[in-house]
Amino acid sequence: MAKRTKGSKRIAGRGERVAVVKTFKMFVGGAFVRSESGHTLPCTDASGAHVANVARASRKDLRDAVGAARGALGGWSKRSAFNRGQIAFRIAEMLEDRRSMVEARLVDVVGLDPDDAAAEVSSAVDRAFWYAGWCDKFAQVLGGVNPVASPYFDFTLPEPVGVVFAAPSRRSPLVGLVTAIACAIAAGNTCIVVVEPKHALVAVDFAEVLATSDVPGGVVNVLTGHRDELVPHVGSHYGIDGVAWYGAADAAFATLERLAADSVKRVHRLDDRGAASWRREHGKSLAWLERHVEWKTAWHPIGT
Amino acid sequence: MRYELPPIPTVDQVAAEARARSFTTRSIKTTAKRAVLKTIVEMIDLTTLEGADTPGKVRRLCRKAITPWPGHADVPPVAAVCVYPTMVEVARDALRGSSVRVAAVATAFPSGQSFLDVRLDEVRRTVDAGADEIDMVINRGAFLAGDYARVFDEIAATKEACGAAHLKVILETGELGPLDQVRRASHVAMDAGADFIKTSTGKLPSAATMPIVLVMLEAIRDHYRATGRAIGMKPAGGIRTAKQAWHYLVMVKETLGDEWLTADRFRIGASSLLNDVLMQWARLDSGHYQAPNYFSED
Repeated sequence: MAKRTKGSKRIAGRGERVAVVKTFKMFVGGAFVRSESGHTLPCTDASGAHVANVARASRKDLRDAVGAARGALGGWSKRSAFNRGQIAFRIAEMLEDRRSMVEARLVDVVGLDPDDAAAEVSSAVDRAFWYAGWCDKFAQVLGGVNPVASPYFDFTLPEPVGVVFAAPSRRSPLVGLVTAIACAIAAGNTCIVVVEPKHALVAVDFAEVLATSDVPGGVVNVLTGHRDELVPHVGSHYGIDGVAWYGAADAAFATLERLAADSVKRVHRLDDRGAASWRREHGKSLAWLERHVEWKTAWHPIGT
Repeated sequence: MRYELPPIPTVDQVAAEARARSFTTRSIKTTAKRAVLKTIVEMIDLTTLEGADTPGKVRRLCRKAITPWPGHADVPPVAAVCVYPTMVEVARDALRGSSVRVAAVATAFPSGQSFLDVRLDEVRRTVDAGADEIDMVINRGAFLAGDYARVFDEIAATKEACGAAHLKVILETGELGPLDQVRRASHVAMDAGADFIKTSTGKLPSAATMPIVLVMLEAIRDHYRATGRAIGMKPAGGIRTAKQAWHYLVMVKETLGDEWLTADRFRIGASSLLNDVLMQWARLDSGHYQAPNYFSED
């Protein structure tokens, strides 16, 4: 079939095969689902040709995702840190295994050249691997014993915030997404991400990786749609405990902060950079994981 | 004269399931939703049936039954508190002066596997202790053996032992098998003098489902047409969300009519349902989605 150009509505000639344009689903509660609203958004490749449709997440889809994430939170946060690490490593393994699919998507849809696509996937695998390693180590590094001037053994431990909503990078198609998810789940949180149409197909590919890598249903939920549409609902939903908004616009973030104050959400406005910067070091820091923890300090009496 | 089961139509399971499913597609929003949430609260039998129940836990539940949501006077009290016989006195004292009734499970709940005189004695003592309503279990052993007359006689004897107290008869549908059996058991219970028929004890993994309740509601409808006696219905076990509960209310309305949409004729046996109803209520009041960790867990 001839390559279509932007805006053209070509009609297939007699005897010519008509390609099927797929409508990609979202990943909620361990299952691939359509939007409850029935709405979809067109996905275009770098040349502007319509290649697929993705679901357009509605307020109700967000609510369903929060329900799934909250349901999964107890099980995920109570697993041993080591087991969480094993599962997170498995995500990296599965992404490596499916790299040809993801690379092809980065080339065909996002428009990266093949070398950049390979570098993007390699970097994403490394990022997943790096955060997986932290699963059973961050508590020792971040927590500690506090020197107090009274007969107490006083120590502080990091605990998961709860359900984290992330609007990942708009500039890094895969590494930004993997970072946003990995730093949340490594700390024992469950998370919801919403990915815009430009990178949505890559995100759904990654959701397929998640679905086949022992991640319990509901721990990671991938929505597709317009993130700014969801700002008021994310801000006001009492079931979301933490928000990471990458590259937020001032107005949207102000709205988010104002609404989030009611339920005392932890809201973070995070720096978004170019894809190359993400591939190198951006987002690879224990401080990113630390955003998604709450501190618990215990005072244990000791004999004087 | 021994009881004989009257001729009963067979149940089409596929049709029952399809019809039950059809009740889940109504859109209930805003003012209708507020009304339905209030109705659900008024119909709840707030239940605690654990070996670990303490007087303190029962008192706490009773306070919640009277004032489900402190500071919100528009939320009505629930219909009843349902406890084990030994907790009836505690519940009665805690509920004194309120409209909430005391219901108690008796007759060797949940299995019912004890001697008839022991079971009847348990019922009498529970009523003496102050129970307004008795939830009994039928003798499933006798029922499954086909001895309907014995099941009938035992229910009738229990009804007599209840005196003025209302009798709810638990069929424990999870142990009866196909829907035809549910229909048969419903008729035996209603013929023997039940005031309510109830699906299950809540102690089995398979509890109330919509097709089972539909069959029981249709049995109630046919019994009402034949005898003029209105029997109540109580699904119990497995109803945890407000949405599930209003699916049942839709089914009651469209099977039996508005006359059954009162706490005198329809109850829901539940414990965590109330929290979800309050959560939805808060969602209507505030306009924001709520999280379960802001509501009490029992």
